[in-house]
Amino acid sequence: MRFILRRMAFYLFTAWAAITINFFLPRLMKGDPISAYLARNQGKVSPESIESLTTLFGLDSDKSMLQQYLDYWGLLFSGDLGVSISNGLAPVSAVIASALPWTLGLVGIATVLSFLIGTSLGSVIGWRRGSRADWAVPFATFFSTVPYFWMGLIVIAVFSTTLGWFPASHAYDKGSQPEWSWDFIGQVIAHGTLPALTIVVASLGGWVLGMRNMMITVLDEDYVTVAQAKGLRQRRVLTHYASRNAVLPQLSSFALALGFIVGGTLVMELVFSYPGVGKLLLDATSAKDYPLMQGLFLVITLAVLVANILADVAYAALDPRTRQMES
Amino acid sequence: MTTLEFRNVTKRYKVRGAGDMLALDDVSFSLESGQTIALVGQSGSGKSTIAKILTQLERATTGEVLLDGKPIPHRGPGLRRYRQRVRMVFQDPFASLNPYHTIRHHLERPLRLDKVVPKDQVESEVMALLERVRLDPSATVDRRPHELSGGQRQRVAIARALASRPELLIADEPVSMLDVSIRLGVLNLLADLQRESNLGVLYITHDLATARHFSDRIMVLHHGVVVERGDADGVILDPQHEYTRALRDASPDPDRHFAGPAGTASLRS
Amino acid sequence: MSLTTAPATAPTDDASATEPQRPRRAPRIGQSFAMFRNGKSLAGLAILGVFVVVAVLAPLIAPYDPLEKDFMALRQPPSAAHWLGTTHMGEDVFSQIVYGTRGVLVVGFLAGVLATLVAVIVGVVAGYVAGWRSESLSALTNVFLVIPGLPLIIIVASQYEDPPLMLIAGVLAITGWAWGARVLRAQTMSLRNRDFVQAAKANGEKLWRIIAVEMLPNLTAIIASSFVGTVTAAVLGLTTLAFIGVIPITNLNWGTILFWAQQNGAFPDYWWWYIPAGLCIALLGMALSLVNFGIDEYVNPRLRSAGERARAARRKGLQVDGGVTEVRTVSGTGDDARAG
Repeated sequence: MRFILRRMAFYLFTAWAAITINFFLPRLMKGDPISAYLARNQGKVSPESIESLTTLFGLDSDKSMLQQYLDYWGLLFSGDLGVSISNGLAPVSAVIASALPWTLGLVGIATVLSFLIGTSLGSVIGWRRGSRADWAVPFATFFSTVPYFWMGLIVIAVFSTTLGWFPASHAYDKGSQPEWSWDFIGQVIAHGTLPALTIVVASLGGWVLGMRNMMITVLDEDYVTVAQAKGLRQRRVLTHYASRNAVLPQLSSFALALGFIVGGTLVMELVFSYPGVGKLLLDATSAKDYPLMQGLFLVITLAVLVANILADVAYAALDPRTRQMES
Repeated sequence: MTTLEFRNVTKRYKVRGAGDMLALDDVSFSLESGQTIALVGQSGSGKSTIAKILTQLERATTGEVLLDGKPIPHRGPGLRRYRQRVRMVFQDPFASLNPYHTIRHHLERPLRLDKVVPKDQVESEVMALLERVRLDPSATVDRRPHELSGGQRQRVAIARALASRPELLIADEPVSMLDVSIRLGVLNLLADLQRESNLGVLYITHDLATARHFSDRIMVLHHGVVVERGDADGVILDPQHEYTRALRDASPDPDRHFAGPAGTASLRS
Repeated sequence: MSLTTAPATAPTDDASATEPQRPRRAPRIGQSFAMFRNGKSLAGLAILGVFVVVAVLAPLIAPYDPLEKDFMALRQPPSAAHWLGTTHMGEDVFSQIVYGTRGVLVVGFLAGVLATLVAVIVGVVAGYVAGWRSESLSALTNVFLVIPGLPLIIIVASQYEDPPLMLIAGVLAITGWAWGARVLRAQTMSLRNRDFVQAAKANGEKLWRIIAVEMLPNLTAIIASSFVGTVTAAVLGLTTLAFIGVIPITNLNWGTILFWAQQNGAFPDYWWWYIPAGLCIALLGMALSLVNFGIDEYVNPRLRSAGERARAARRKGLQVDGGVTEVRTVSGTGDDARAG
């Protein structure tokens, strides 16, 4: 119980910190792009939008900082993130909502896949230490240091332009409309294969190396020796004794690395013109669409937080000590 | 004449989810210069807590520690002066010396910190200290702890404790981490130093035999309570408390020609 | 620890205390660099050294000015005149890579230094103090770990028309210090309760001195590894930022080359334009990782000896897919070296 409360407190604190950073960012920046924009587009922007933009970007400098902060929270609770300048003044929340599922699907599936494959590979390589499997280590090192976006470019050059196996960009064929049909799902899979492959390959190395090192450390523990001395089958020792204990630190580093991974995958969406939040963020950057950028940062951070909570749940499910603490 | 007094000291530790743990329960004793008191008890009896309170690494929950009748200060120059007069030798010589630093560093620091000797004499004082603990000064001074044996390290730790010219020395199981064969050498060294400098020594141990051999008085600690105290021979030969009897019977006694594995069993506390 | 290995630290014979011993002054600097004295670290440092030399001697190595345009040689494949071909403006790609090394290394190391400084201060203090102060510093660290750095950097950098390099390095450092601080906190917490720290405390050493003189030297390996880690992350971050065009193109680095290549339709035909820059990023990252593996193995010798022990066991015809057999037959190598 104590464990859960502590984690809850931590997540609430992190969410608060992210939102507060988001509040202060535009206020610390010099220049005032929003009021310049509003001045240029007088009459086009609705009074409500002006009001929320004013609150979001600290243009209401006649109010006290505290009042601004409270107003800001009020806006967030009503789900109002302002309007997107570069998307025909559509509400930022709606613009993000249309992009978020693509990123969650692609990055979520690819990251979990990469973690599962990498961890399994790593535990086998650690188990067979000293054998030919060790040759995987330098390769894993190399792939773990290749930038995502560059690997994406190479993958496009090879599998799309040269071999023509998969489409190089977008989430589905031009002219299609999102719908629940086998044809459309097939398109989504075809378009998602290359970006997903890139994420898996580029992030696999880190998991392989991390798990291998943990396995080697765990395999020297006495309980593994005892398990083998008892005459348990090798496979059982590997899965129930060694891997089970090595995977716990691996899982916590997964949770902590999420923020970093997400950063890398966002840029990759640009390479594949994938209509997710990453591409949205970069488009917003070049269009100087500050309301959209702020909203995206908030949503991305909260998404990473939710992923962290899920990783925590998985950790608690695997670690008997946390279960004990709860009782 | 220096007197250190432990007066009605109680120490509680907060244990998460399990309430409080009473480590010391109303313990009182006093130690004078020139005197050796053995504090005997099993692991978990509260011996090390007494050492930590005496060095002010921890504070008593209630009760007082008095030096020459005055309560010891908890901070500031007063605490430093106290720490200069009361020094401690730690149990594990493998852990109590910083692996990164040379022996010279370990001995120089207290000399400089307490300004025991003028700066230009620090070097010769370091050598003299090593000489006092029967180490070859020039061969030892520039080595690092991992290049020395356990016994040599513990001698360095003793030299470090002596550097500030303390009046009282707390030796927390000073030989329990050492090989049996070299324990006597270190204990004899401590006894010699005690006589040379008229030190007051609190010898914390779980070993009744050496306690009797090296101390004037013995205190037996059991679950944070002093269950028996008296002059060394009296406590050993005529124990009043049941726990002391059990302790005595569990330790090897040359007079009884005790045969059994108990001697090896007491290797670690 | 293998069952047959005698602990290297076992006290042998106290009589040796009085034996004359060969006086030896172990050089302190040598000890500080012990963690780099292994094949992996040396290989990494060698690659790193090559990049540093290239960056320093860029004007001597590069055959052309990086922005010198030769309109007679547009998009040329590699040749004797242009080792790595030319861009759409006839600029020499090899010269751009050589000069680009400077931007990458300067920003990478600057960010690494700043981040390590913050990591050491926050991590060591959080590890040394106890209670709510430690908890709140730890919470702060975790917040910075969880908040995705790259989007934050993109947003901050995009507020400037021409973000100065120092700002880029600073933001990379702000988003990159947390991992090192976390590791340092854990390590400091374990050091804090060691007897030698308690002894220094009981001697009346001041807090800053205990931290700086007694504890920090024992943390050098961790600090070095967190420095190398942040440099790696900063290099990736910088090239990514340059690639998406947030960093002014006047700051030439490998990411900028990829930005131009992407903008000017280099993919996939003009491979000489985009392959070398990416390979350089990966090679530099690999060099830094190798340095860190070496440090890891220095800190945790099991990693180093595991493969050797298993191979030795296999030579003796033993089954090695586990721990028992080899543990009984082969004496450990790594544990001894580390003792003390």
